Amino acid sequence: MSSTATPALRKTALNAVHRQMGAKMVDFGGWDMPVEYSGLIAEHMAVRTGVGLFDVSHMGDIQLRGPESLNAIQHICMNDASKLQVGQAQYSAMLYPQGTFVDDVIVHKFSDNDYLIVINAGTREKDYNWIKTSAQKFHCHVSDYSDYYTQLAIQGPKAAETLQKLTSVDLSTIKFYWFKWGTVCGLPNTLIARTGYTGEDGFEIYIPSDEATSKRVWEEVLEAGKEFGILPCGLGARNTLRLEAALSLYGHEISETINVFEAGLDRFCKLEKGPFIGSEALRQVLNSGGPERKLVGLEVIERGIARDGYGVFNEAGTQIGVVASGSPAPFLKKNIALAFVPCEYAALDKEVFVQVRSAMVKAKVVPTPFYRRPKKQQ
Amino acid sequence: MAYPANYRYTREHEWIEVDGKTGKVGITDYAQNSLGDIVFVESPKVGAAVKKGEVFGSVESVKAVSDLYSPVTGTVTEVNEELASAPEKINSDAHASWIMKVELSDPSEVESLLSAEDYGKYIAEETGH
Repeated sequence: MSSTATPALRKTALNAVHRQMGAKMVDFGGWDMPVEYSGLIAEHMAVRTGVGLFDVSHMGDIQLRGPESLNAIQHICMNDASKLQVGQAQYSAMLYPQGTFVDDVIVHKFSDNDYLIVINAGTREKDYNWIKTSAQKFHCHVSDYSDYYTQLAIQGPKAAETLQKLTSVDLSTIKFYWFKWGTVCGLPNTLIARTGYTGEDGFEIYIPSDEATSKRVWEEVLEAGKEFGILPCGLGARNTLRLEAALSLYGHEISETINVFEAGLDRFCKLEKGPFIGSEALRQVLNSGGPERKLVGLEVIERGIARDGYGVFNEAGTQIGVVASGSPAPFLKKNIALAFVPCEYAALDKEVFVQVRSAMVKAKVVPTPFYRRPKKQQ
Repeated sequence: MAYPANYRYTREHEWIEVDGKTGKVGITDYAQNSLGDIVFVESPKVGAAVKKGEVFGSVESVKAVSDLYSPVTGTVTEVNEELASAPEKINSDAHASWIMKVELSDPSEVESLLSAEDYGKYIAEETGH
């Protein structure tokens, strides 16, 4: 493990703030990002029981504008963006012609001619080029605004109460996966989206990326959340939170060698909307009997922690699959994993073995998400 | 964090406190800090033979698993049972949280380990400060 930053690493506007606060920094997809501040478990628990604050400015923001923006998005993304209303966001993904993943994205509809696609950090350049090229034949303009925004995620059951102190927008009027524009910390026209990557209620806000503004808002959010025990959170907690919620991470549950059915994301893939990049290949997968392997949730029954890349075996000792992501789950207090296994092993309660270093450790298939947030008492 | 002057250290971030022919072995504060929240310690069995520079167990944090390397050759006489149910003690006080006690086959092996001062320099180099 090395915390040494090389000049080639990219930094968010909050980099100095993270370092001042004593965060442990890591290279994440070419970005010098905080992996933890006070400790991964404490940060994870803050988000499950109170509120946590994440700097997710390394995410990319691509805007499509022009009369054929919707057509372009329908061509590039697998979900049906024609169903979006102004002010609504949608989980979706961009696919290669073979039905595997360029990246997963969130599409926001600003207006009939104006959409924002939020993409992942590690795939930013690839995604931008992909969108730019794929949108060429449509009458729309593609702009990369990634460096213009500091993106903060305020997540947890106390996220709304925290952010409400800092904005004039009535946050109770923003439903999950919807957004509004409003003044936040004195900044007018700030995008406030009720989205996140933690399995909790929460918001993502997009503010100007100058260091002074970013620092001021970061500190104001921490102050507003103080009474709820807010903690700044790093990528370590972000990963365990998303894993408990069984949300995909590029390079793990989705990649250019994993198709939509294997990843279990077909509910976000609308073949009936008409042709799009990857749809032909996916139809062929369906016509030839569906995928051969599937992503399943595993709970390790015996002592041992399943980790990314560990092999999955059957009782006979034959390797049948691989762990996409595995970790101790801090809130659930279990060792969990998402793993690709042949469909005949995908049934609930099916027992398999994970090779944890030299030992074969028993695990069973369980429903996902592993964690589902409690329904709000209205 | 001060590194006790009466301990010796490995480049793999274990410490040993030797008292006569026996030694207590743990991981350093630098190691626990790098690992983050420790959730699991795999200790050797009492009576097991350990060899200098070879793996005798592992510690796992939420993020990662890390092998433990024995600073000395010898026989395990005791393991710290408390760490089975409370592995986080290593995070709160790494230099007091021994993982195993070893009867040394060759106490002179200790001489080749790093002193507290040398270990301090070594980790300063490793972190680039």
